[in-house]
This record gives sequence, structure tokens and C-alpha cells, in this order.
Amino acid sequence: MKSYSFEDIKRIDYSKYAPLFALVILIILSALASEHFLKFRNITNILRQVSYTGTIALGMTFVIVAAGIDLSVGSMVALVGVLAIYLMNYLGTSVFAVVAAVFVAILVGSLCGAVNGLIVTRGKITSFIATLATMSIFRSLTLYVSEAGEVISHNDIYPEIGGGYFLNIPYPVLIFLGLAVFFHFLLNNTAFGRHVCAVGANRQVAIYSAIKVRWVTFMTFVISGFTVGVTAILLSSRLNSVSPGDAGIFYELDAIAAVVIGGTPLAGGKGTIWGTVIGAIILGIINNMLNMLGVSPYLQGTVKGLIILIAVLAQYKSN
Amino acid sequence: MAHHTDALLSIKRINKEFSGVLVLNDINVDINGGEVFGILGENGAGKSTLLKIICGVYTPTSGTITLKGTPVSITSPMKAKRLGISMIPQEFNLIPTLTVFENIFLGSEIKNGALLNKKAMREKTSSLLAELKTELSPDALIVNLSVAEKQMVEIAKALVHESDILIMDEPTTVLTSVEIAVLFDLIARLKEKNVTILFISHKLNEVKNICDRILVLRDGDQISVNDIDEVDEQDMARKMVGRELSQVFPDKSVPEDEEVLRVENLSDLKLLKNISFSLNKGELLGFSGLIGAGRTELAECIMGLRPRSSGDIFVKGEQAQIDSPLDALDYKLAYLSEDRKGKGLLMSFGIPENISLISLAKYTNLFINKKKVQQSTDGYIEKFDIKAASLKAELDYFSGGNQQKVYLSKWMDTDPSILVLDEPTRGIDVNAKREIYHFINSLVTQGVSCILISSELEELIGLCTRILVMREGRITAEMTGEHINEEEIMFSAAGVKDMNQTTKEETSEIL
Repeated sequence: MKSYSFEDIKRIDYSKYAPLFALVILIILSALASEHFLKFRNITNILRQVSYTGTIALGMTFVIVAAGIDLSVGSMVALVGVLAIYLMNYLGTSVFAVVAAVFVAILVGSLCGAVNGLIVTRGKITSFIATLATMSIFRSLTLYVSEAGEVISHNDIYPEIGGGYFLNIPYPVLIFLGLAVFFHFLLNNTAFGRHVCAVGANRQVAIYSAIKVRWVTFMTFVISGFTVGVTAILLSSRLNSVSPGDAGIFYELDAIAAVVIGGTPLAGGKGTIWGTVIGAIILGIINNMLNMLGVSPYLQGTVKGLIILIAVLAQYKSN
Repeated sequence: MAHHTDALLSIKRINKEFSGVLVLNDINVDINGGEVFGILGENGAGKSTLLKIICGVYTPTSGTITLKGTPVSITSPMKAKRLGISMIPQEFNLIPTLTVFENIFLGSEIKNGALLNKKAMREKTSSLLAELKTELSPDALIVNLSVAEKQMVEIAKALVHESDILIMDEPTTVLTSVEIAVLFDLIARLKEKNVTILFISHKLNEVKNICDRILVLRDGDQISVNDIDEVDEQDMARKMVGRELSQVFPDKSVPEDEEVLRVENLSDLKLLKNISFSLNKGELLGFSGLIGAGRTELAECIMGLRPRSSGDIFVKGEQAQIDSPLDALDYKLAYLSEDRKGKGLLMSFGIPENISLISLAKYTNLFINKKKVQQSTDGYIEKFDIKAASLKAELDYFSGGNQQKVYLSKWMDTDPSILVLDEPTRGIDVNAKREIYHFINSLVTQGVSCILISSELEELIGLCTRILVMREGRITAEMTGEHINEEEIMFSAAGVKDMNQTTKEETSEIL
């Protein structure tokens, strides 16, 4: 059918690699602007900064690809962090206490995600509203259990997780990148990942294709909660404490921004983990450069906002 | 044909290119006032492009359009409307959350000063709907309407503006015979008012009945313009395809004696009442009825997509517990929905992802074996002769016929033994239809049982060995073999003659 072939020419998907091009350009510009930028120490610092919201963004990618959203992740970080440190302090200063805290943090994070998932799938409430509500609930519970005071760990081994290195690379970076590889395969190469895309692309088609739509949607929120559990450990062990009012503030926005800059449309249906990783790193480099160039911290939010707008506009135009 | 110098709309040397590819090549045609002008061609022949040029969606690359003797440049649909050209689109442009009258007057609301004059709009809507013989409330929400009802609203929306030229792009695809009769009656009345109608349809008998003249396009070229008396349906098909079409309907095969599906006293919460029927191995059972008769609802109940209030389903003699499509899959049931784009295929995905969506477990051993999926996809592409400029493209870029073949492949990949096909040839061209008919028949010959739900009587009669007619949620008639009769089906579907004596006897004979 020759009359359709013109579509073919237009079909080369430049937008797919746009985040990668943007990253390369950003790195070149940054290297030109500051001689310190390409130093190993600076790079690992950026990656460490990125790993907290970046890990959450990995989970957020699943939620968004399934055409949902999770606004509760920031509050959840605080709640999980506080509970983990309380448990650890209760258990003492042993290695076992740390292992138990890590395990429980991931479990509690996943459970919080499951609560979101249940409200969305069983309560049939839009994820935006459901997680807006739990965002408020998780934060308030955190403040209540901690009586709004900073929760400090008394375990000497715990800070090693967030502060330690392997081959000169911080543990949080390795964990972030390791999870990225795992989630990449989960999204790209398993039946579950395919079902997540199908649910996000067209729920009706997924239902008619014998896909367990509710289960898949539920699981995306559990994955999101799981990544929050991991981030809560990375962050609280780095700081050796959690401040219940501030911890995780605006993490949901950074995570969503990373996903969107990475080329995953908010409407869902498709998306890549590597795009999200690049999106998170782009945000990290911009923060780093603005600091190094001495731009007022008050203006940094403006720059970040503009970058998000440009990323979305670029996607919109190419579609 | 005669040359009309006083043509209403004169199209001269129209060319249209997209990214350097010629999709319309030197189209020349004069259209007269008050005629029904048919435009024929296979999917992708350029029909829709030509119509979109006439109604201002596309501008031609070269050529001129003359309206009532004056050259015009139709640069937007708004301008077309002002020139008296309206189009009833193929895809619905209705806002689901608004009511019927709000949609009909969308963008041209009747106002009393700053406020809307809802009374006037309701009244005008009522009179338009009455003219269309549609029992619809002006205050009904679009989201609650059936596909056919939405089509009627689209037609009413086009009629609200007084137009000289009305473009209808496959208006009958989603309508049943009764509704089509109403539409044709309306076309005849519009013609009396000297309205010109440009009519696209894949149903050649319709074109033969309703059109005065026809234009045939093939691959963007103008093949012919004929008075309708000069050509029959065979000629039209030949001109469209460019070669002789072999037999459209295959020979019917004989079903075996073994029963594979029995439905007893099935009712749902709304519409279906005590439906009972059975299906044999290798049988092709047709379901006829008007839109809203409950055929789709019945299929969805059997597939576990819709809750039942009572009734039992037996598959191969065993009672089946089907509460979800996943359960239905276990019993090797398959269902191709009538809503290919809304419920059938992921339009933003490629062929392999769609074909393997239901049968994914087959290809998965921790990870999806993408190579195996591709191999199996290649098999279907060859088997069904799926064609596209790029087979790697998303389904959005495929023609209706090729999409339907992908949809069929998707369910065939689950290796079904009972296949329910709901309007499988809606909106696809004559050649793809023929291929699908022959494929269904080959399945039945191999012992697969099929249920065919269709609003095209010709198709049911041409393919099925037995036909059940439904009306208002009940089965009202059953016909077998040579007793299958078009008139009888129409009567039972419309409720003119309820379960008359002969069909009752036949029913008891068969049961």
C-alpha cells in the first residue's frame, strides 16, 4: 500500500533518544563551564545525590507506565525512615539490628505501597487523589510517632550503608544502578512488564486480553513502595537520622520529573528505566552545576521547572 | 458519461502528496446538485484523503476546486461549513460527558443574549431525531449511547447546519439493517431537497442501491466514473481490486455431531433473559439482531467479561465456571470484540507485542523470548498476508483490514477451540473481508467452533450453517440450512413477527 509509506519516513523515533542527547550536551556544557565537573569525586557526589530520588523514580516509572501516579512517596520516605531507626535503636547496636531495620524498612515501604494499591484498585479511587490522601496521612503519622522531633540512630554500623564505598563508588550509587538494571529487565523482558505497559496503554484492551488488570496496577504501587523503603534506608543511614517534618519533602516531584524527563509520558503505556536513570542524572547535574556556578539556591527551582517544561514540550512536539 | 458544465462541485487535476509520496494523482470529477455520488476504493486507495480535501481538513498539493462556478480554496473545516459542505466523520467526534443536544449544538449554540437557549436547542434536536426516526432523548448522555445511536447523533449534528453538500464516510458500518433503511430513506428525502451527498461505503450492494454515480479510486489513481446503471457489484469490486475476485464466500462445511458448548437459561443483570443454545464441533453459528439486541452482551457473559445473574455454561459436556476472561481462556474460548480499537488492540504497540499479549506465558521463561515471539509473528504475517509499509510500525498506521488480521492472529495464538467473532469485518475492504471469510471457514473445517455475530445479513447467510436471531435480550428465532431466509431474520430481529409458527417448529426440531 504505497499511500501509507510516507508514514514510515516520519516514524524514525528521535524522541526515544532525546534524553540521552540532552545528557551528553549537558555533560559537555558542564565540563566547559567548570574544570571541577569531570573530577571523579564530583561525579560520584552527583550520583550519590541522584540515587535517593533516582531509586524512587525507578518505582515511579512502573506506576506512571501503568497510567497512575504516586504522590505519597516523599511522606513515605519519612515514615519508613523513622520506623526503621526506632526498630534499630530498640534492637541495639548489633549488625543484626541493622539487617532487621533494612528488612523491615523494605517491608513497611512495600506495605505502604500496597495500601495505595488497594485504595486504587479496590476502592476505585484515582491514584492522584488516593496518594494525595496517603501523602498527608503518612506525613502526619510520621510526625505523631516521632512527636515531631528528629529521630537519631544509635548504631555505629548503620551509617556505613549510606556513607561507605566499594571500589571508590558509594554504596547508594551501586544500589541505585543495580536496581535500575533489575527493573529494566522487569519492565522490558518479563510478562509482568509487558502487562504494565498494556494496562497503561489501554485498560479496556488489557481487560479483554485476560490480563489481571487490578493485580498489575496493585503491584506497581507495591514496587513504588519497595523503592521508597530502599531510599529511606540510604538516606537515613547517610544522615544517621531522620527529621520527620523535612525528610523526603518534594521527593515525589523530583521522582516524577525524572520519569518525565526520561521520556515516559504521564499518560502511560510506555516508558524506559534507562530513560528514568538519565532523567534523574540530568536533574542531579543541573543542581550540581547551579551550585558550582554560584546561582542562588532560590533560583534553582526555576531552572528545574524550566527543564521539566522543555522536556515535556519536546515530547509533545515529536508526537 | 455525460459532461456536466453546470456542475455544483467541480474537481480539477487534484494532486495530494504527503512527504513526497503521491496519495492522490490527477483526480478530475464533476459532481451535480442533488445527486448521491459514491466513492469506492480499497483501504488506502485515497477516498478519505479526497473527502478531507473537499471538507477542508487537507489542502491539495495542486489542482482546483470550483463550487457553483466559482473557484474556491477550502482551507479549513470551518470554511467548508460556511460554503455549505458538512461531513459526518468516520470516527466519532462527540464529547462523551455532554448530552445529545449539547453535542449537536457544540460550537453553534443558540443563545438568548449571554445565556444558552436550551429549550430551543432541545426542541430542534427532538425534531431532528424524529426525522431520523431515532428514539433518543435530547438529554441522554453520549457516554450511555450505543455505537449506532452515536452515529445517529453525528448525522443529526451534520444536519443541523443547512448544507448543500453532505459527506458521509462509511455511515452504515455500525448500523443494523433497520437503521440503514432509515438512513437511506433520509438520504432520499435530502436528495429531494437538492442536497448533494458524497457517499463512501465498503458495502457494494448499498452503493448500488443508493448512489446515482460512482467514482472508483485505486492506489490514488482515478480508475473510472460511471452512472450506476452501467456497473454491477462485480464490476465495482473488479475496478477496486484491479483483478477478478474469486468467490467471496467459501463453501459451507458440515458441523460434527459432538457438542462443545451449551448455554442454559443465561440471564444477566440488565438485558439478557433465559438464553439457551448449543454449539457443535466445527459449527459456524450466526447471531443476528439489531444493535442493542444483546448479542455482544451474551458473548461477554460467556467470556466472563460481564456478570451473570443466572444460567450455566457447559464446555464439552462439563459445567464451566467462567468468571473472568482468564477462566474463559482455560476453556479455550476466544472473543474478538466488535470494538477493535477500544477493546481489541493496543494501537500504540507493534504487531508482535499485540499478537503475544494474551499468549505471553507461552513465550516466557522468566524473560520473554522475543525471538520466538517474532518467529511466531512472522508466521501470522505470512498466513494472513498482513501488509503495511513497515511491519515494525505501531498498529495506528495499519489499515482496518490489516488491524483485524492482527486481532485475529492475537486470539489464534491462544489456540482456541471456540471462537466468538463480533462484527469481524466491520469497516474493512472487500478483499480483506474475503480473506477473513475463507480463514474462518478453514478453521471450522479443522474442527474449531465459531460463533459469528454480525449485522450484515449477507455475511451471515453466506457463511453460517445455522442462525439464531436475538431481540431485546432473547433468542427469537432459529434457522438452519436452506431454511435460512433474509426476510425471516429481519422480521424476527425487528419483532414484526414474534416466533412465528414455522420457526417454532424448527426450533423444537433442532433442540
